[in-house]
Amino acid sequence: MQEVMIKKAAELLENGTVNRVMGWKAGEFIYDVTPAVFETAEELKDFVYGDFCAPNLSKYMVAESKKDGKILVFLKPCDTYSFNELLCEHRINRDGVYVVGIPCDGKTDIEKIKALAGPGIIDIKREGDNLKVQTAYGSSELSRDDVKLDRCLVCKSHKHVAYDELIGEDGEIRESKRFDEVERLEHMTPEERFSFWRGELSKCIRCNACRNVCPACTCEKCVFDNPASGVENKAASTSFEENMFHIIRAFHVAGRCTDCGECSRVCPQHIPLHLLNRKFIKDINELYGEYQAGADPESRSPVVDFTKNDAEPGIIYERGGNE
Amino acid sequence: MTYKLFLDKLYDFFDKIAGKEILYIPSDDSDGSARFKKYETGVTLSESGNTVRSAKDFFFPQTESLVDFKVDGQKIEVIDPRTETEDFVIFGVRSCDARSFKILDKVFIDQEPADSYYLNRRSHGTVITLACTAPVETCFCKTFGIDPTESADGDITAWKTSNALMLKAVSEKGRALLESLGEIIDKADSEDEKAVEAQKKQTNVIYDKLPLHNLSTEKFDGRSMMDTFFSEKWKELSEACLGCGTCTFVCPTCQCYDIKEFDTGHGIKRFRCWDSCMYSDFTKMAGGQPRLTQLERFRQRFMHKLIYFPMNNDGEYGCVGCGRCLAKCPIHMNIVKVMKSIGEDE
Amino acid sequence: MTEEMLIPKIGVVTDIRQDTPDVKTFRVLTPDGTKPFDHMPGQCAMVSIPGVGEAMFSITSSPTNTEFMEFSIKKCGCLTEWLHMIEPGQQITVRGPYGNAFPVESDLLGKDLVFIAGGIGLAPLRSVINYVRDNRSRYGSVQIIYGSRSKDDLVDYQEIIDEWMTAPDFEVDLTIDREQSGWDGHVGFVPNYVKELSPDVSKTVLMCGPPIMIKFSLAALKELGFKDTQIYTTMELRMKCGIGKCGRCNIGNKYVCKDGPVFRFDELGELPDEY
Repeated sequence: MQEVMIKKAAELLENGTVNRVMGWKAGEFIYDVTPAVFETAEELKDFVYGDFCAPNLSKYMVAESKKDGKILVFLKPCDTYSFNELLCEHRINRDGVYVVGIPCDGKTDIEKIKALAGPGIIDIKREGDNLKVQTAYGSSELSRDDVKLDRCLVCKSHKHVAYDELIGEDGEIRESKRFDEVERLEHMTPEERFSFWRGELSKCIRCNACRNVCPACTCEKCVFDNPASGVENKAASTSFEENMFHIIRAFHVAGRCTDCGECSRVCPQHIPLHLLNRKFIKDINELYGEYQAGADPESRSPVVDFTKNDAEPGIIYERGGNE
Repeated sequence: MTYKLFLDKLYDFFDKIAGKEILYIPSDDSDGSARFKKYETGVTLSESGNTVRSAKDFFFPQTESLVDFKVDGQKIEVIDPRTETEDFVIFGVRSCDARSFKILDKVFIDQEPADSYYLNRRSHGTVITLACTAPVETCFCKTFGIDPTESADGDITAWKTSNALMLKAVSEKGRALLESLGEIIDKADSEDEKAVEAQKKQTNVIYDKLPLHNLSTEKFDGRSMMDTFFSEKWKELSEACLGCGTCTFVCPTCQCYDIKEFDTGHGIKRFRCWDSCMYSDFTKMAGGQPRLTQLERFRQRFMHKLIYFPMNNDGEYGCVGCGRCLAKCPIHMNIVKVMKSIGEDE
Repeated sequence: MTEEMLIPKIGVVTDIRQDTPDVKTFRVLTPDGTKPFDHMPGQCAMVSIPGVGEAMFSITSSPTNTEFMEFSIKKCGCLTEWLHMIEPGQQITVRGPYGNAFPVESDLLGKDLVFIAGGIGLAPLRSVINYVRDNRSRYGSVQIIYGSRSKDDLVDYQEIIDEWMTAPDFEVDLTIDREQSGWDGHVGFVPNYVKELSPDVSKTVLMCGPPIMIKFSLAALKELGFKDTQIYTTMELRMKCGIGKCGRCNIGNKYVCKDGPVFRFDELGELPDEY
């Protein structure tokens, strides 16, 4: 696949369709790839595509699509939902981007690999559905299914919803069990749920990685960075403030979050932030009918669209279970 | 003198220390990552190489109260909130993190005026370092002259062998603590010393198999500030940076802070909190902004660690090679990639 | 517990003078009626109103003033807007002094001096000018080239007329950006006026003002034959601690709060131009 992509990129650079290519660049180890812009065919020697190319490149298009010329971006199926949503919000200049859709059968989580194969990763080779891992302390063979990113274990779609060109056959929207864990939380008592979230969110170090990576967070100036907003703070001045940061963010991306899972992937403290967003998605589905943000660039998010059948505020009491 | 303690007495040893002072040890969380926890019966020692967060929090916490004010009309009352810190012991600090304390000391203590909040914690804390036996691919402490198998930067240095914990005092404070422990520890014999030497050797063998074992600061020793600052490479290196603060906050040597205020309703609390030079508002003021794009902010962080800090501190780098930023950066851009890329510039 | 620089002292604002439509000068004393602390010309202090904010300001009064301390402050942000609303008697907090000073006790001794200032940029220079005036015999001639947008925007205008214009061997050259009724003095931007006046190249220059004025005045001085080693300026960047630890006011390896704010242009030339 990597060779096909490099060939495609070189061809599009050569024939002038694009003047830049965004993909992933090899790092120091087998897994530490970095999103990168390549400007010449020569530079493409460092281009990689593989099990660790998890970063969603669509958000980079907000800035890149406005530069001179046209940029080629490689998007995985789930990335195309974010791309569409950004188009919907008029954040990307569509004429400045050439999207090549690429297939994906799930990306792997290096932390899970380290947990199973041990630390000191020297090399990881894929052999079919297995990974051969060599560490400084020995070697082992793992099943890819055991070390996929959480989000990939409940992959919602193999179908690209935005592209100029596809490499390979397009896939299908999948039956996903992604709401199972939300249901588990819903079945907790309010006290259990409150303590679950307090426990998780109290780990937050306020590094803003979740916000900065999030394709739905593209405000020019975030309210949490704006001294004039009155809520700007780099640290919690009360023990509840960290929780508020995440809750407010979840509200702000509600109806626009495509469930790309980048927030949880980048969290250095392993907070399952995607579950907050996924709860909103589940609620929107139940209250307003099935809606997948980014699936259709012409659609309107139910939370900004009015219909006579919309749920009334009283729904809060009904669902909350108390007066 | 080296002392030893059989591992079956490890928790008696912790109990003994915890009976005198607050004790913190690295312990595994429910998600399997190691964090320093206050020791009490039932808290178990992690087998992990290092903690997810650095140990700097003990001396430079993410937030701390600086001063309180009571405001009444035109009148202001200044209230000093400082109290003496209780004595505490941190067990299991790795060599990289122990060195970071020395680097923080240069900023907070050596450079006058000393920071009394930091000094207070530092003077009440006793650091027991623990030799590494399982370095990982993100480790590069030796690049900065740090010995992962024995640290001289704490108060006591320790080795955990297959059956014993070996302890050696490094400072007067460490000696006093060891001597106060009484019979729970024995004098080590030459067999024990041999076991330690064998362990050190084995750790170094592993270290040399790791991908960064050859990383050198050579290209940065005495390097020109201006040439480095104006390198063409910064653009490409900073291109994908998200501008988050992950690298800064997991870094054991990053010590920039912000001073903020909070109205409690009864008065004003002025506190400080970790800040990140990666943040867009770090240098923003009413009158302007000298670092307009992420390139300038990104460059600042690495210039500080690799050029400015050594210039001001006899060549000592502002990095200890703990590798946390390598593991945690959402886009995997880090100081090693910067050193390799900029190092190629002539 | 040892004394802590980050814990400020109380200051009482005993007098507020409206200098220009957006500049006020605040007189600050301790609650006991004494000067909060000693300083040298060019040094700064952290001033705050708890609950509003804290920021670094240059101390406008001269060290030779043993009775009180003054700050000339332009309204431009959150804290300064609050300061402009307070009434005499208001308590604030002060801590300092911070940073280095103009080398009044070394390199400037016996020298002929040219002060070039624009707008509120006069504030840090006023401390030096008055220090030199009060120690008149130890310095050579003094030339002050000062410009502002309009006559009303000249800070300390009354002091300029009453005290500086009458001081021995003091030359004061004022200019405003545009023609204005009631003004028969020079009209034009400071850099051009510097070229017109063409101060002797043997003089030492102390300069402060908006970045654009500094840039063009520096070019004008170079054109006249001045060297970087003859020109001093004072810098301002965002500061939080004032003691070289919070890490945000650096220019290269130098911290403005600790190694500055006063720099000679040859020193700045050896640093990245990130300011």
